[in-house]
Amino acid sequence: MKAVLLGATRGMGRALAQQLAARGEQLFLLGRSPDELAASAKDLELRGAQGSVGYAACDLLEPDGFAAALDAADTALDGFDTVVVTAGLFGTQEELEADTAAAGRVLLANFTHTVMLCEEARKRLLARGGGTLCVFSSVAGDRGRKSVVLYGSSKAGLSHYLEGLDHRYREQGLITICVKPGFVKTGMTEGLTPPPFAGETEAVAQRVIRALERGTPMLYAPGIWRWIMLVIQHLPRRVMRRVGF
Amino acid sequence: MHETSPTRPSRGSPSENRSGGAPSEHCLVPLSGWGRSTVVWARERSGEDLEQVTRDVVLCRGLGRSYGDAALPAREGEAIASTIRANRLLAFDPDAGVLRAEAGFSIHELVRFFLPRGWFAPVSPGTQFVTLGGAIAADVHGKAHHQQGCFGRHLRKLRMRVGDGSIVECSRDQHPELFRATQGGMGLTGHILDAEFQLERLPSPWIEQEVEICPDLHTLMGRLREAGDEWPFTVSWVDGFARGRNFGRGVVVKGRWARAEDAPPTPPPERFRPAVPFEMPSGLLNESTGRLFYEFYYRMQRRGRRVVHPAPFFYPLDSIRHWNRLYGSRGFTQYQCVLPEGDDIAGAQQIFEQLQREHAIPFLAVVKDFGAEGEGMLSFPRSGLTLALDIPIDRDRTQVIVDQLNERVIAHGGRIYLAKDAFTREVHFRAMEPRLADWTRVREKWDPEHRIRSALAVRLLGDEA
Repeated sequence: MKAVLLGATRGMGRALAQQLAARGEQLFLLGRSPDELAASAKDLELRGAQGSVGYAACDLLEPDGFAAALDAADTALDGFDTVVVTAGLFGTQEELEADTAAAGRVLLANFTHTVMLCEEARKRLLARGGGTLCVFSSVAGDRGRKSVVLYGSSKAGLSHYLEGLDHRYREQGLITICVKPGFVKTGMTEGLTPPPFAGETEAVAQRVIRALERGTPMLYAPGIWRWIMLVIQHLPRRVMRRVGF
Repeated sequence: MHETSPTRPSRGSPSENRSGGAPSEHCLVPLSGWGRSTVVWARERSGEDLEQVTRDVVLCRGLGRSYGDAALPAREGEAIASTIRANRLLAFDPDAGVLRAEAGFSIHELVRFFLPRGWFAPVSPGTQFVTLGGAIAADVHGKAHHQQGCFGRHLRKLRMRVGDGSIVECSRDQHPELFRATQGGMGLTGHILDAEFQLERLPSPWIEQEVEICPDLHTLMGRLREAGDEWPFTVSWVDGFARGRNFGRGVVVKGRWARAEDAPPTPPPERFRPAVPFEMPSGLLNESTGRLFYEFYYRMQRRGRRVVHPAPFFYPLDSIRHWNRLYGSRGFTQYQCVLPEGDDIAGAQQIFEQLQREHAIPFLAVVKDFGAEGEGMLSFPRSGLTLALDIPIDRDRTQVIVDQLNERVIAHGGRIYLAKDAFTREVHFRAMEPRLADWTRVREKWDPEHRIRSALAVRLLGDEA
């Protein structure tokens, strides 16, 4: 596997990259901070990634840089076959309601710009006969909920896009994987009260690696969220309106 | 309270991918040790950048495998730093076998990432779910203690944040007294940020194991000692329930890294680890179920030599996740002491007899012979026999029993292991630790205001509550 990862210096992306490294995959990192990227690249090399791990600057809030970042990855890996996007922005409903500009950034980064990045990746992958595009959405996009109205809507759009992309291009060899993590203990959820079934990054990474191997189009992680969301999706509106979830 | 500080740099801060700014306040979460007896509601900060998260916290906490209150804050509501997300490897020199990693890197990761490549730590504790920081703070020991000493012996360098907030490096040449006080110092001398330690090259990642069944305590202790001359890893398990001529029966487990020609050609596979799904009723583990279990367990033992997977050899209890839930809501305590060489066998026998009389029979009883004391100023091991005894908590009786055991250990000139302890009183601890004065001098020098503190320090060192 020759994989480009955006968001692999921290959280679930880091755990995933570390496990890919242990399997001896070839990796290239995209992210905002050169220091963090350099430290993670070193870590991944020591964990067994094949060859040296390169990196380039890429920020979800600056879409003008996407093409150059992917080109840098393409050159370093001599043609990547996998793109993994774990980066995203989060804010609680209260924080985003209080700050419209922040809400705008979340919507832009998680939907518009992630889709733009995926489009750039899609064109490159299709041009060489296909590959895998694995993007982290969220269970928050499965249903409109009081606690994640704004963040959830950005992820709902993203999940929708990823499903459509998979239907449209799978026959041409482009496999799109939509990962929907439930509550996982990372910097994104730092300070929030963890619910029961809060997941660990390592377990999520293991599930995602299995999905990458099998080309699973959509998965919940940890697995229990599949059943939780099945129930949530079927709750009548008047019940959803009452519960605080 | 602390998360909205405007001076906070954004690089590596946990709030970096949070658009609405940082969370205004960390929620209170219940923290407890592995024995689940003491619970403190605290604020737990975590992040990938330890330099960031260790600012203004009273203590660092890793994977929470210390049994008592060593990784709990002194007061309700205090902020501690969780180190587990700071797990990067910083450097590895394959010629010298020297690894440098952040404090949250765990032995589990060492098993996953280095064992298949033929490298491992010379000292590994009884669980792989221990961070590097925790292994240093408790100066952990393992089945190899009689030959390899504690983890600290293989430690080369530390980078830590000390009481005044500054960051210092220490080693045997640089601030050697801080280096020695931190080994076994239970995190109270400073927050460990990263560390450099020695790995050893293995002939194969598999273990050649020999199991010997011993019908009584004296045979067992004798065989354990003899085995240590020949085998690099030794340990014994004792059936604490057996009485009469079976008293102290058990198994001695011996091991060494298998030679490449004896080992399977592939690295050891990942093993499925089932979990205890929820808290069992307290009292599930009692004398009747214990006797039944041990009768079965003792008869199931396969004696003789064979090549085995390293995980169940080093970490048998890790094969069931959340096994501490078996003890129910009351929890359990592990009493681990060392009895100095001399009348250590007689002392061990008295302890087992006493626990049978008190009907506080240890559900798990591990006996191991230690080699010489290491350089850690408060490091637990010293030459003699160590007993590790898991006892379900039984209201006020547990305190009485621990007091009695401590008095016996003091009479024998022994001491207890702080990473396991939850019940020892300050007066008993001081009687066991003539080394405490030296260690305290170092702590006072680096942190006179006791900005770094824990519930254990309040209980045993007289820190302000």
